[in-house]
Amino acid sequence: MHIHRLEKIWLIIGVAMLVIFLGVLGVGAFAMGMQPPTGEHTIDPEKVSETYPFNNPGLEQIGDNEYNAYMVAFAFGFKPAKMEIPLGAKVHFQVTSPDVVHGFQITGTTVNLMAVPGEVNHYTYTFDKPGEYLVLCNEYCGAGHEFMATTIIVK
Amino acid sequence: MPFDRKDGKLVIAHMVVAFTALLIGVICGLLQGLVRGGVIELPAGIGYYQVLTVHGTLLALIFTTYFIIGFIYAGLNKTMGKLIGIVKRLGWAGFWLMTVGTVIAAVMILADEATVLYTFYAPMKASPWFYIGLALVVVGTWLSGWGVFAQYRYWRKTNKGKTTPLFAFMAVATFLLWQIATLGVAITVLFQFIPWSFGWVETINVMVSRTLFWYFGHPLVYFWLMPAYMCWYICIPKIIGGKIFSDSMARLAFVLFVIFSIPVGFHHQLMEPGIAPIWKYIQVVLTFAVVVPSLMTAFAMFATFEQTGRAKGARGLFGWLKKLPWGDVRFFAPFMGMLIFIPAGAGGMINASNQMNAIVHNTLWVVGHFHLTVATTVALTFFGVAYWLIPHVLHRRLTPKLNRLGIIQTVLWVIGMIFMSGAMHITGLMGAPRRTAFTTYQDHPDAAAWGPYYVLLAIGGTILFIAGVLMFLNFIMLLRAPKAGEGGAAAEFPIGETADEAEPTPRWLERWGVWVGIVVVLVLFAYTIPFGDMLIDPAPGSKPWVTW
Repeated sequence: MHIHRLEKIWLIIGVAMLVIFLGVLGVGAFAMGMQPPTGEHTIDPEKVSETYPFNNPGLEQIGDNEYNAYMVAFAFGFKPAKMEIPLGAKVHFQVTSPDVVHGFQITGTTVNLMAVPGEVNHYTYTFDKPGEYLVLCNEYCGAGHEFMATTIIVK
Repeated sequence: MPFDRKDGKLVIAHMVVAFTALLIGVICGLLQGLVRGGVIELPAGIGYYQVLTVHGTLLALIFTTYFIIGFIYAGLNKTMGKLIGIVKRLGWAGFWLMTVGTVIAAVMILADEATVLYTFYAPMKASPWFYIGLALVVVGTWLSGWGVFAQYRYWRKTNKGKTTPLFAFMAVATFLLWQIATLGVAITVLFQFIPWSFGWVETINVMVSRTLFWYFGHPLVYFWLMPAYMCWYICIPKIIGGKIFSDSMARLAFVLFVIFSIPVGFHHQLMEPGIAPIWKYIQVVLTFAVVVPSLMTAFAMFATFEQTGRAKGARGLFGWLKKLPWGDVRFFAPFMGMLIFIPAGAGGMINASNQMNAIVHNTLWVVGHFHLTVATTVALTFFGVAYWLIPHVLHRRLTPKLNRLGIIQTVLWVIGMIFMSGAMHITGLMGAPRRTAFTTYQDHPDAAAWGPYYVLLAIGGTILFIAGVLMFLNFIMLLRAPKAGEGGAAAEFPIGETADEAEPTPRWLERWGVWVGIVVVLVLFAYTIPFGDMLIDPAPGSKPWVTW
């Protein structure tokens, strides 16, 4: 099959860029630890409020300025409703839902997780800037979806 | 020779449903834009999310699917001769099943029994009849697809040894992709949603349903795109007075689209739990393989433009641009679609970039993205096709007046989309969520910063609404365009010819068994372990929820 000389060059350049680009993504993800959120961690959605750690959602210190943040996204709000995080803290978020699918997004950060019933989603973020961060649900979850939000205060 | 009347009826029936869906869809779109912009509130207890469900379902699923089937059936007639009996029967059976399914689903949405958006994520539970309606639509498309296959087999049997028409090859590739892709959504609807929504089983496995949905959801976008590419590859060269650049490369591109648009659904689930990072990354790599046939398509298009321009005496590096028929809506509308596809494709690459998806996932950016891809590239190409397809089938003329209205329609659509999609991309990067009614998040400063862009979004949406209504009026005028005869010839169905110097098309491209085999191997590779994990060690299931 004949391929035009210019088309060959065009495709070679395109594929080379693709390989470099995917390489950068792969190194970022697997060598530098910038993975998308995930978790091999299941939970019974009907028993979220009785299951550790979501029976007591909130911040738990696990090291020097390092915390686990257990959050429940429900129709239509977040537990805990208010959270204060010390400046510079490394926070391991664990998020789940007792009802439908929700989103857990903190605007201005890379925190953007799906809260899926039956699963616990994990993501780590370090808060380097002080402020009042907006937490919102970015997956349609019902009539009150647009009211589903809270704030995290970093100071 | 006039288009066969019986075949024409089938084509026009599909077009009437498609453009009716377009009209209702853009009305809903206007309402959403205005609500989102904080301009109006919906009256009489109509919900924002109900309107959004109608908008998405009618435009993304109904307008596209009906148009595609009508266009492809017309092209089958044109390139392979009159539709044989079984094909016509399958075409009509498909049409009626889809239409009954659409009506059932629409009634459920209007009754507020199915305000679950067109992605219907579990465990939000719509009325079982909504899912049954969807299932009927899918089965209807299967019948229509089998009709395409039957006409193709009949042609090959009666034209032994000949290369199949390019249009027919691409039609088969498109519906092959569709058959393989819809298996995912059919399985989740039939075996998960319907029994669960009737209460025959108590719980649903949410991750399994999402994975099956997105196994279908990505090839769905290629099901929209491939017919647009058919217009670009086959019809555009003829319209501009040129030749198809390479028949075999066009076929190879379509084979690659079929192969690389299926085992990639995880790139819609990058932010989800329950899927190991390595499998997300593997599917990201497979996703990007689709860049290869996309680059081939871009090359073929611009090579055709340049060759045609030079054959017409164009000089200099870009002189050929001036030789293109800018005043011909049959070229202008699809060309604007192609142009928009450059930023649209770039945005798509950002979306699929594994960890980088966190910046844009479920924000308005994504909405801006698919309003460029499906709602501009695909939609403008389909509109461009309508201007000749409908008068051709009805043996009528595309008048200069209709052509001019078409140009105006295209310009309005592009301007509206630049405002709306531009505002969506910007606010998305700033964090504004998709699928969310008007809210200030208790006057949080981050949300306040989105405000001015929401106004732009509403302005763009209003222009798009005007353009959409104009397109519907153009459609009506196309149906009633003056008959062919003394005033002029009927609109032509442009079928391009291959350039003389091109080599004959190799036989192996038509080995469908091999291509399907490769798809199956890739799907098994990309899904067996992660999907097997969800089934073998399932997360506790979810009861149904009605939260609207």
